Amino acid sequence: MTAVSEQIGNWLAAFTGQREASAGWVVELRKAGFERFAEVGFPTTHDEEWRFTNVAAIARTTYRVGSADRLVCAPEIVEKMETASAASHLGHYAAVNGNPFVALNTAFIDHAVPATVLRVPANAVVESPIEITHEVPADVTGDPRESLPISVHPRTLILVGANAQCSIVETYKGEGSYFTNAVTEIVVGENGVVDHYRLQQESPEAFHVSSTQAQLGRSATFSTHSISLGGSLVRNDVGAVLSEGTEATLNGLYIANGTQHVDHHTVIDHAKAHGTSHELYKGILDDRASAVFNGRIIVRKDAQKTDSKQTNKNLVLSDDAVINTKPELQILADDVRCTHGATIGQLDAESMFYLQSRGINRGDARNLLIYAFAQDVADRIKVAALRDSLERILFEKFHEHSH
Amino acid sequence: MSLLEIQDLHATVGDREILKGISLSINPGEVHAIMGPNGSGKSTLAQVLAGRELYNVTGGSVLFDGEDLLEMDPEERAQKGIFLAFQYPVEIPGVSNMYFLKAALNTIRKSRNLPELDAFDFLNLVKEKMKLMEMDQALLNRPVNTGFSGGEKKRNEIFQMAVLEPRLAILDETDSGLDIDALRIVAGGVNALRSPERSMIVVTHYQRLLNYIVPDFVHVLSEGRIVKSGGKELALELEEKGYAGLGIEDEEEAVGRV
Repeated sequence: MTAVSEQIGNWLAAFTGQREASAGWVVELRKAGFERFAEVGFPTTHDEEWRFTNVAAIARTTYRVGSADRLVCAPEIVEKMETASAASHLGHYAAVNGNPFVALNTAFIDHAVPATVLRVPANAVVESPIEITHEVPADVTGDPRESLPISVHPRTLILVGANAQCSIVETYKGEGSYFTNAVTEIVVGENGVVDHYRLQQESPEAFHVSSTQAQLGRSATFSTHSISLGGSLVRNDVGAVLSEGTEATLNGLYIANGTQHVDHHTVIDHAKAHGTSHELYKGILDDRASAVFNGRIIVRKDAQKTDSKQTNKNLVLSDDAVINTKPELQILADDVRCTHGATIGQLDAESMFYLQSRGINRGDARNLLIYAFAQDVADRIKVAALRDSLERILFEKFHEHSH
Repeated sequence: MSLLEIQDLHATVGDREILKGISLSINPGEVHAIMGPNGSGKSTLAQVLAGRELYNVTGGSVLFDGEDLLEMDPEERAQKGIFLAFQYPVEIPGVSNMYFLKAALNTIRKSRNLPELDAFDFLNLVKEKMKLMEMDQALLNRPVNTGFSGGEKKRNEIFQMAVLEPRLAILDETDSGLDIDALRIVAGGVNALRSPERSMIVVTHYQRLLNYIVPDFVHVLSEGRIVKSGGKELALELEEKGYAGLGIEDEEEAVGRV
């Protein structure tokens, strides 16, 4: 067997050995996912989309497929649905023929725990956030199979009805060495208002790959915030398809030190006219960390009067940290406004001196400036509890960091 | 014993020597004005004393309260009581003025074995000092110097000085860019901080500021050296005759006369 077929073979055993799906269409969807994955395998750095992110460490590991502990906290008005009832949506937005990891995730829908399917009814205004937490607990020993590292494939679908309003907080965390491969699909109806937050706090040894795909209705307002702090190898794909008059915000904050690698690929697809998109991604890199930001903006032929702005700013704290940042604009309409810009900078020496000249210790001054750099992304988080915990996390992360 | 004792100080930036042997002794309570044309080294001297790493000290010594100042990090100097009012105060978006100043004050207090101030006591102190500088309290919640007018920045410097209560304040061209009303407020703030224990170095190009902050001594700097020292009347003499009257070239004035 070649190395590639051996890889697939391990996954095949897990695929065929999993419990039966809850509906015929899920069986078919899983099958489509696995077939696609078996066909293309894991990407390599020869694939343009994966040029700077080498997933060989994931590809060569034999995992057992398991599930993370899932906790869903949602106000009563939010409907928790069976996977079987989501035939018309599940798998329609994050398609298996795109990203191989989405295909792999799809192959394991309802593996051990059912997919998280939530519906916010039309016109509902959900005040408190919907919180979905996936936690991979520390390895339990005993069963020899359990000595294999675990891979988990959380799948989430959130359907938000017309004129409804809600905020969603997804958190991913865990202990030890494992691989999370998450896919979230979000559908926002006409005029809906949704704020989505994704907090990635995986263990320092974990691999984390995710796809978040949003389908946005006419005049909907949507924001998604990717806060990526943990993991040793991280790839987050974030996509949004806009309709007429849709307003979409894609924000992100990635912080990496040690040998962490974090990659964000975003795709904003202006399918119809009068859409607005704002994108602000900020990164802080130290030690030998590396990061990738690839921001694609598509403006389709019919998407006249599109207004799109993309910004990627990076603060690089060491000589050995690496950032690859690339905008990708595909503009097929002629009456649009699209701007983009990327910066890579270091801590400002004058600001450091100013703070120190007031008695503030070098380490504290450094933390304060790093914190200030991240401040505007943090400020845009509207869920107060999340903003507060992020501020605490940042503070601790930079603090441990400076000594 | 003098509070500050500078002996034959030499400093370079890159390959260029800017300070070429400065000696100056300042006693507690004294206000020394340092005047000189652009490029004479006034600002360099101010920044070297505060510990800016951009400059290399290549010779000489500086003792502050008997201790070797040049061995200290900028923050250590501040904790010992040195304060530099910047010619160009730095804008720091994302850090609130209030947070910044509280962190500064409490670090300095801690280094002197004083208890840290809690939010309530800090706010009271700050309100009192803001009144002195006729500053709008809204500035406290704004990011440090960000979006401040030139005058607001300079006032913010003296306000910080009032809160931190240094033993040696170095004012680097605090008068530049100020209209006469703002100058009066800034000078009023500085004068309110004069005390027998506190010394000041007032760096300025123009004599105007010294009408409001009357110095005990005036030193004229040219090409990295003190070329003349005297009492406050020296500033008036300069005002009358210009730097050229002392045989010193001043780029700006030279241009002005064409």
